[in-house]
Amino acid sequence: MGASAPGAAFELKGRMATLSVLRVLNADTNAVLVQLDARLAQAPGFFDGMPLVIAPGQSVALDTPALVALVSGLKARGLTPVAVADLSSEQAAEAGLGLLRNLDAPSPKAASARPTSDSPSAYQPTRVVTTPVRSGQQIYARGGDLVITAAVSAGAEVMADGHIHIYGSLRGRALAGVQGDVNARIFCRSLHAELVAVAGHYRLSEQMDAELIDGPVMIALQGDDLQLSAV
Amino acid sequence: MARIVVVTSGKGGVGKTTTSAAFAAGLARAGHRTAVVDFDVGLRNLDLIMGCERRVVYDFVNVINGEANLNQALIRDKRTQGLSILPASQTRDKDALTFEGVQAVLEGLAEDHDYIVCDSPAGIERGAHLAMYFADDALVVTNPEVSSVRDSDRVLGLLSSKTRRAEQGEDPVQEHLIITRYVPERVGKGEMLSVEDVGEILSIDLLGVIPESSAVLNASNSGVPVILEEQTDAGQAYDDVVARYLGQQREHRFITEKKGLFGRLFKG
Ligand SMILES: Nc1ncnc2c1ncn2[C@@H]1O[C@H](COP(=O)(O)OP(=O)(O)O)[C@@H](O)[C@H]1O
Ligand SMILES: [Mg+2]
Repeated sequence: MGASAPGAAFELKGRMATLSVLRVLNADTNAVLVQLDARLAQAPGFFDGMPLVIAPGQSVALDTPALVALVSGLKARGLTPVAVADLSSEQAAEAGLGLLRNLDAPSPKAASARPTSDSPSAYQPTRVVTTPVRSGQQIYARGGDLVITAAVSAGAEVMADGHIHIYGSLRGRALAGVQGDVNARIFCRSLHAELVAVAGHYRLSEQMDAELIDGPVMIALQGDDLQLSAV
Repeated sequence: MARIVVVTSGKGGVGKTTTSAAFAAGLARAGHRTAVVDFDVGLRNLDLIMGCERRVVYDFVNVINGEANLNQALIRDKRTQGLSILPASQTRDKDALTFEGVQAVLEGLAEDHDYIVCDSPAGIERGAHLAMYFADDALVVTNPEVSSVRDSDRVLGLLSSKTRRAEQGEDPVQEHLIITRYVPERVGKGEMLSVEDVGEILSIDLLGVIPESSAVLNASNSGVPVILEEQTDAGQAYDDVVARYLGQQREHRFITEKKGLFGRLFKG
């Protein structure tokens, strides 16, 4: 909220931000939205409000009506398209979005390229959270691991592109490997989770082994199977 | 510098106004100049519980709109020296509270008070947000049941992110838990969460447990903050709360089942 602070009313800063890119591989908007719905259903709530850049895949001709339909379809699903890339400025204007040029120029690493341990430049600092994550709050460690030294409440959501460690009780939702890293894992000291997921494979509390509840647990993918085990 | 204390919960009907009245009266009785402010625009009832509804001339919104000054609107409590009440408006719409207006009123009160107790409306909308925004301390009022605890958890999230202290990177708002309407017998039967359960979920400092008590309704019907009813269980529990807040050590009471004839005689 704005107390009447004297002086400058705003600052304009260059920031490197990581944005999710929706690469459109099919010029048929409906086909895109149908598949998207399936993906959204796997991680309910996770994509809420997520800012998106829309970019056509190679050799996909995305015309203006299709673009406009896609934008309204995305908004209807709670996503927030902010810009287009590799399209004309007229199309961007028509869709009411900004235009990003040279999207694939020096960008933060592509989603699929999870850093390997022998590439030192790929190091992403782990995000460390020392206060409780309360109901209604959401924390996303983009591009790396997440360590929480307090509790995650029911109704809270924590996510990471990498691993998640929770040194308190996990009562809310934890989603590791949200950009698709199947090797990501979740560790928690006391399992009471509403939902856990790795790379989109999820498990609801009612599907969790009662023996594991309240104990220290590791959650990892084995093939397509999400495994919960005591640690 | 006055300390601003918000009494908040998320959920309605859990005992915020009861707690605000008792806490403010307790601070004043301990010799601190205290103002208690009703933020529940449209649903004011702090003045009823404080027994001064017939003395309301101007209210919080009048002061914000410049229709009255703070001195005209503040009601000096007749029983407790050093206690004053700023009533909410009964009729105006909720947008009548503005950020700048609230800030100015709190600054005005800070000039000649030691504590300002803000009685928050329910919910997490504008009124509740304004009530907590300037706080130094928060009394989070929770009933021992799942939905109330969940709402309090949400409010704790807001206290740690949407307050002046959080936004300006100062020391965080000090959070204190008050569990109200506690019935140990029902905890024993598994119908209510225990003090331990609530404490485990919210993991903040427990300032006190107020038992479910007919004394609360009696006191509010006669317009007396229950803390002044010194013979009652709820009155004593609030007295402990104020004492602990002011730094004294007091054992927690009223948290175990009353047993036998002795217990039954003193029930309620
Ligand atoms: N400890 C208690 N024992 C019994 N009744 C209580 C207690 N605390 C509050 N109440 C009752 O609960 C109702 C709501 O209390 P109130 O303080 O107005 O809550 P809020 O301000 O949170 O809406 C009132 O009728 C009040 O008398
Ligand atoms: Mg109230």
